[in-house]
Amino acid sequence: MVNLDQAFFLYFAAMIVVFSIVTITRKNPVYAVMALLVVFFHVAGLYVLLNAEFIAALQVVVYAGAILVLYLFVLMLLSVPREALGAAVHRRWPVYALVGGAAAVEIALLLARSKFAQRPGPYPPDVVREVGSTQAIGTVLFTEFLYPFEVISLVLLVAMIGAIVLTKKWTPAQGGEEGR
Amino acid sequence: MTIPLSWVLALSAVVFGIGVIGLLTRRNILILLMSLELILNAANINLVAFSHYLHSMRGNVIVVFTIAVAAAEAAVGLAILLSLFRNRRTVNLDEVREMKG
Repeated sequence: MVNLDQAFFLYFAAMIVVFSIVTITRKNPVYAVMALLVVFFHVAGLYVLLNAEFIAALQVVVYAGAILVLYLFVLMLLSVPREALGAAVHRRWPVYALVGGAAAVEIALLLARSKFAQRPGPYPPDVVREVGSTQAIGTVLFTEFLYPFEVISLVLLVAMIGAIVLTKKWTPAQGGEEGR
Repeated sequence: MTIPLSWVLALSAVVFGIGVIGLLTRRNILILLMSLELILNAANINLVAFSHYLHSMRGNVIVVFTIAVAAAEAAVGLAILLSLFRNRRTVNLDEVREMKG
């Protein structure tokens, strides 16, 4: 018999799978973005179920709030005519679908046959619930992972500069390659 | 708590597979980037699940990094897409073949 947690998990899992499939099968990218939004919200719900409230908030704020809005903005900027979309899928798509399915089955088999470390760390669920997931993550992030944290800020800076450089219209006066 | 770890891992494998299928079969670069987001989300689900079941916070911290990398990837990918569209008037991968040997 499924209890309440499992019922919630099954709901979230079903919605995630269904809307993932909807995402990759829409011809119109706007519908795909909307389906992806549903997926992200349900993944956030899954994180809450797994005691990661901070990650759930981050998922909604960054993925749903920033990344998907970026996608929509680019869609709006592009305004691709419907006929310019071309063939929606690759002509040999059944082969590739089989490859993807095989990859998923392989991962599932590998995971089902492997044993995972059973050495519990210092953050069992009741401790996390007591101090809050935000504080627990912050403590680890700013002590153990301080160096990667600094590196990731550099990655974001490089991405920001890269996005500006890539989308800027260069004119000859600015030393561009003849206003490419 | 009472959700078996294997359920979460199975869900993550399925989402990963859907992402790979989308990445391989679709020809619209925007949908390809969305499939990438799906794959990253599958990895994130795994990390959070292991973090929960191993009573550790490291998985959650790595998810924070993954989300930052996903944001950077989306920004750069969409910028490349914009300049590609500006030059070639297409978002279809099959029509972009300058690099083909």
